[in-house]
Amino acid sequence: MIIGDEIVSLSRLQFGLTAMYHFLFVPLTLGMSFILAIMESVYVMTGKPVYKDMTKFWGKLFGINFAMGVTTGITLEFQFGTNWAYYSHYVGDIFGPILASEGWMAFFLESTLVGLFFFGWDRLSKVQHLAVTWAVAFGTSFSALWILIANGWMQHPVGSAFNYETLRMEMQSFADVFFNPVAQVKFVHTVAAGYVTGSMFVLGISAWYLLQRRDLGFARRSFSVAAGFGLASVLSVIVLGDESGYTSGETQRIKLAAIEAEWETHEPPASFTVIGFPDQDAEKTHLALKIPYALGLIATRSIDEPVLGIKDLREDSTRRIRNGMIAYGELAKLRAGDKSEATRARFDQHKVDLGYGLLLKKYTEEPANASEEMIRKAAADTIPRVAPMFWVFRLMVAAGFTMLFVFAMSFYFCATRVADQKRWLLRLAVWCIPLPWIASEAGWFVAEYGRQPWTISGVLPTSMSVSSISTEQLWFSIGGFLFFYTALLVIEMYLMIKYIRLGPSSLHTGRYHFETKAAAPAL
Amino acid sequence: MFDYETLRVIWWIFTGVVIIAFTLTSGFDFGIGALLPFVGRNDLERRAVINTIGGTWEGNQVWLVLLGGALFAVWPLVYATLFSGLYIAMLLVLFALFFRPAGFDYRSKLEDPRWRNAWDWGLFIGGAVPPILLGVLVGNLVQGLPFHFDSDLRPYYSGSFFGLLNPFALLCGVVGLLLCLFHGAIYLKLRTEGALHERALNLMRVLGPALLATLALATLWVAYGTSLPEIATMPGTDAASNPLAKTVTNAHSWLDQFAAHPWMFAAPAVGFGGLLLAWRTAITRNTGLAFVFSSLGISGMLLSLGFGLFPYLLISSSHPGHSLTIWDASSSQFTLALAFWITVVFLPIVLTYTRWVYKVLWGSVTPEKVLNDQHTLY
Repeated sequence: MIIGDEIVSLSRLQFGLTAMYHFLFVPLTLGMSFILAIMESVYVMTGKPVYKDMTKFWGKLFGINFAMGVTTGITLEFQFGTNWAYYSHYVGDIFGPILASEGWMAFFLESTLVGLFFFGWDRLSKVQHLAVTWAVAFGTSFSALWILIANGWMQHPVGSAFNYETLRMEMQSFADVFFNPVAQVKFVHTVAAGYVTGSMFVLGISAWYLLQRRDLGFARRSFSVAAGFGLASVLSVIVLGDESGYTSGETQRIKLAAIEAEWETHEPPASFTVIGFPDQDAEKTHLALKIPYALGLIATRSIDEPVLGIKDLREDSTRRIRNGMIAYGELAKLRAGDKSEATRARFDQHKVDLGYGLLLKKYTEEPANASEEMIRKAAADTIPRVAPMFWVFRLMVAAGFTMLFVFAMSFYFCATRVADQKRWLLRLAVWCIPLPWIASEAGWFVAEYGRQPWTISGVLPTSMSVSSISTEQLWFSIGGFLFFYTALLVIEMYLMIKYIRLGPSSLHTGRYHFETKAAAPAL
Repeated sequence: MFDYETLRVIWWIFTGVVIIAFTLTSGFDFGIGALLPFVGRNDLERRAVINTIGGTWEGNQVWLVLLGGALFAVWPLVYATLFSGLYIAMLLVLFALFFRPAGFDYRSKLEDPRWRNAWDWGLFIGGAVPPILLGVLVGNLVQGLPFHFDSDLRPYYSGSFFGLLNPFALLCGVVGLLLCLFHGAIYLKLRTEGALHERALNLMRVLGPALLATLALATLWVAYGTSLPEIATMPGTDAASNPLAKTVTNAHSWLDQFAAHPWMFAAPAVGFGGLLLAWRTAITRNTGLAFVFSSLGISGMLLSLGFGLFPYLLISSSHPGHSLTIWDASSSQFTLALAFWITVVFLPIVLTYTRWVYKVLWGSVTPEKVLNDQHTLY
């Protein structure tokens, strides 16, 4: 059946809202857990109590954030089933085991041991507790590993094939799915972005204590840890997470072309458009400022491979849609009971493009007999809006390079032991706290919006993936999410800011700012 | 290594194991959350109650997450049909669960009594609503749900949220809540001393008979009031999964299913026997032993459900032929084998460190201990 546009739009809106909201908390968990492990390692090695206090105080902020990550994470697991039922049926055979592996390997590890991190200080030896902290850190990164393998498969579905008897995709090779090049690049890029987020958070807040001239020893050490870890991480994000993942697979290539507003395929090596004004209707970019050779080098790691332009990619989509129509026609015969050798052979020959045939389902019940007009529309659907991709990508890159500057300066001045005198840098670090979140959300926007019109690139269109539910049900759930998520965010921010203001005094050790002053603290 | 049929049976068993593990662990967390505002008479007592489960509830909840993941991986059509069909109910469970992480972690981070009291009621919602709704869900699974598929295997659900709230399902909701309260009260008694210990004991005295009575009523209702479609033809237990390929005829009752395999009666016997013994031992002597009995009893009841429904996973009340069975709603053989090996490797690891965490955090929690450690504990 043809699914109403409104159901598809609302389902996408809800997924976008809840996934992006979840990702406010995930990167901080990823980064903070490693920073805590580093701080506690120093404590165990040196025996200096200030490092224990650092682990405990930043651990409190970690805990406030972790609770939200757990809350919003369960939503996503429920949501595949509640809102993307056809997707769940169609790719459960591949996506499901990846998600289950995340449960076994990551969720249990982090969720079971996080309790010991908070309550095990007096019940475990120093080394045991340190092991727990490291296990939590690895648990969070394992979680990222599996979910990015799942997402990488959605971007570039390898190791699987369509089965006409069960009417779904089925896994052929776990190794191909696990070592999917797109997934590997995405994993490194995303966890490193998480480490940057944790570092920026600790760096900015420590800078604020230094500006306030309180708890100097505590703040200076925290600042140094964040500067070192942050610099290494931001370099990883930039170097390892570049556009090299965008050359495998059709949709990834379209994404790259949209990000770069490459309308035409040029002679290699392609030049990189730094800035310009993409115009979708005219299919050109006005006032483009270009760097010769750069894009070819970044994307293909060579000077003789072309980077395909949007117009050529759309031509390719048209060809694949025609193939997909044949596949769909043969599938109909198979389903009707004609399982002859000839039908099976013809289906197998074209089935790789079955998904392109399904793109026509938006326009007709019978993709095999689609009109030229429908084919043209479906091919146009495979090209995302270029301007949002172009601009949001540049926003991410700008945020990334700004952070590189801040971390590099912070690291340099820490090494020369003058960081707390550079008030301009401290102020800048405070103001830069939001940047990693802006960069992360922008990155996900590019990855997911750029994959449209697919949920599984080239395999399953978004318009077919949704559940057969009503708009009323969708409004109920969206309303519920808006209500709970807004309330929780207000509460979380209130607590977070309250504890940041209190600083290490919240540990009640008697050693810090509010307790060493005559007046008793409020809390 | 294993044939397709064997793998399907293995995964039917594993799915049961995950459901039992979730009910046994999160069950007492839910129960204690629901009892919190009533058993704790002041802030320190309530904090003591919260901290009996504070360090371990999060790991316990992962069994629910894993159950979702296992359904997705192994029975994708069940996951798709159940979650989208029961859309509103699933979201209400989810919204209720929202109260838990923040409730545990945020409640004692501020001193304002209104703040703390509000979160206590939040933990109450997070503890009471999921067992009621999951009980209602089980009640509807037993009766069958109105769903069907089109020729693309797209699931459609033709019922409504309020249609779920029929008398039998509501009774199951009450059973679900009482089960968690009962199991939770035993655990609370095990982990507290003094006044809280006594109150948990007094609750036990009442909860035991209430649970056994409602459970007996529900069991009789299932035995005499519900039925299962009879499979007439199907492609085979090792055929490719497609639920539209089978035909069914008139229904048979649950008692027929048990009568055909009398050994199955062991499950309800263990269920009722375990719960009864749990009630007696908790009152007369060893609370630890009572917890073991209670766990046995809950496992027995869940096994009874599984045995009774076999080979069905999800029964369609509107299109019985579209019902999902373990033979026609599973993932591919490749994926079942893959998921099997992942489970075989990780289940022992998870159980090992979970046991260690419980061992480290074990010991009774009293208001005095909370006071001594008030800046660290929940």
